[in-house]
Amino acid sequence: MKKILSTIIITSILFTACKKDNATPDFDEQNLASLSVEFDNIVGGRTLTFDNTAVPYTNATGEKFTISSIQYFISNIQVTTTAGKQFTVPQDSSYFLIKGADRATRFAKVKVPEGDYSKLTFVLGVDSLRSTMSVDKRTGVLDPAAGGHDGGGMYWGWNSGYIFFKFEGNSEVITNDQLGDPTGKKQFKYHIGGFGGYSAPTINNIRTITVDLTNAGIAKVRKDRQSNIHLFVDLMKFFNGTNTFSIKTHPTVMFSEYSTSIANNFKDLFTHDHTEN
Amino acid sequence: MKLRYIKYFLVIIVFAYACKKSEDIEEKVETFLGFQTPKNFPETAYNFANNPITKEGFELGRMLFYEPRLSRDNTITCGSCHIQASAFTQHGHDVSHGIDDRLGTRNSPPIMNLAWSKAFMWGGGIYDLDLFPISPITAHEEMDESLENVLNKLSAMDKYKSKFKAAFGKANITTANFLKALSQFMLMCVSSNAKYDKVMRKDDNVSFTAVELEGYELFTQKCASCHTEPLFTDNGFRNNGLAPSAINDLGLYTATLLNADKYKFKVPSLRNLKYTAPYMHDGRFLTLDAVFMHYTHEVQATENLDPLLNKNGARGISINNDEKTKLMAFLNTLNDEDFINNKLLAEQ
Repeated sequence: MKKILSTIIITSILFTACKKDNATPDFDEQNLASLSVEFDNIVGGRTLTFDNTAVPYTNATGEKFTISSIQYFISNIQVTTTAGKQFTVPQDSSYFLIKGADRATRFAKVKVPEGDYSKLTFVLGVDSLRSTMSVDKRTGVLDPAAGGHDGGGMYWGWNSGYIFFKFEGNSEVITNDQLGDPTGKKQFKYHIGGFGGYSAPTINNIRTITVDLTNAGIAKVRKDRQSNIHLFVDLMKFFNGTNTFSIKTHPTVMFSEYSTSIANNFKDLFTHDHTEN
Repeated sequence: MKLRYIKYFLVIIVFAYACKKSEDIEEKVETFLGFQTPKNFPETAYNFANNPITKEGFELGRMLFYEPRLSRDNTITCGSCHIQASAFTQHGHDVSHGIDDRLGTRNSPPIMNLAWSKAFMWGGGIYDLDLFPISPITAHEEMDESLENVLNKLSAMDKYKSKFKAAFGKANITTANFLKALSQFMLMCVSSNAKYDKVMRKDDNVSFTAVELEGYELFTQKCASCHTEPLFTDNGFRNNGLAPSAINDLGLYTATLLNADKYKFKVPSLRNLKYTAPYMHDGRFLTLDAVFMHYTHEVQATENLDPLLNKNGARGISINNDEKTKLMAFLNTLNDEDFINNKLLAEQ
């Protein structure tokens, strides 16, 4: 009798377990559950540490550098189920500012329908629609007042628009003249932005990143748990991506033609490491 | 005896007149008319639906315009470089003179008729008036302050809390409401009461003198394609053939990175020239004579020179001395004394 009972219990446990793992909920846009995307900043084979002058990083050109700050906008998150159903997170809850110095900001937390997702798409930057919206819509991370203008600011006042990707640090290879850093601080500053222009088409550094989750683990989004897509963001690829460039040759890149070649490296930064379901 | 009565009579009349006048002024101050499109002006470009002008919002905007806390060390206000007596420019300065005696690279343009403007700054880059103040506030050589810190400073003052509450229903000072209040003030800086306007509107049967009229006719032939009536700017960006400056300011190109925009600057209005010297984006011309000299003899063949200044192989505009005198007479009818003396726009 006892044996039978325990068999029943075990079987029912197994059943529930099976049910939990296998049954894919019907895709219902009203049936939302939480999903987070983690942007874990790394530098090549090492973790990100700031101003690590003792052991600087080395890029593909052989230049040693340290990092003092990294911030970027992630927006317009979209996910696709294994069955090919797409869901776009409503715009009002789809803007995130990832700050390397503030670990709490590394998650983009959104609500998507319960389901199994094998594809993640997002924009690195702020889309042109938001970039031209009235001041009322510019709240939260998009508030032009957020973060001041010297340190953490991500807004260009003189040429209305957001800085999508702000990456600063130091390298001994930077000269002290006008072509380098005339202040002698040997700083590199990369402020990459440009949404395509208000009235005439201008540079567009908005990049849409697509990540296939099939190999490293699909995201099973359910109400009773927290699925987390863990991405590595390899800042080394900023220098060593599709367009490998030298810090010495381009120590400061802001609103200029060259910024578009750097933006072409953005897609190389993101790899899917694993998913915590 | 008779004379004495007349004297009394006169005194009474003067008194009565004085009384009447002061009543009028009082009435004017009490009724805030909001933004009104002058009869001879086109439709506005600003989106008023998103920021309706109210007495409270305008007054708050005016307070902010003259508020030194907008600058890093609380020394500079918007009004420092945009002086009403100079039609909201910085008279006598070729380029703007900001915080710590730092100098900018461009001449401070008038805050005038901005409701009709679709692009701002000499070199463009800003296309929404509400976003404009961020630029001078954060510019290193202007106010050198962060927007965040300005809001923090203002939020610490009870006076602003109540003003924001009155204007926007919330004492909490947001970026949007701060910027909208400043827009409300700037939008109200309308210059539309020059002699030219009165002639066009047929106010009180004002008419041009013979020489002004001849000047007007010359103006429509030689100047109006860029300095379009009644705003006296087509609000476009053009290269008027100035020799590149030492810093090689590329103008609109800086904001667009399009080669076709190199050396193009915003076409300025010709209103209030009497008060707004020096002229051009870098204030290189101290007098209108120098400006005429440029257009008649000194136009340079730089990249993207406006085709209107390079017709049939002859650069510039042909204007003889007689025509110049007439044009000057006409340009004088564009000076608007009411605008520079409007108490509503002054620091209170």
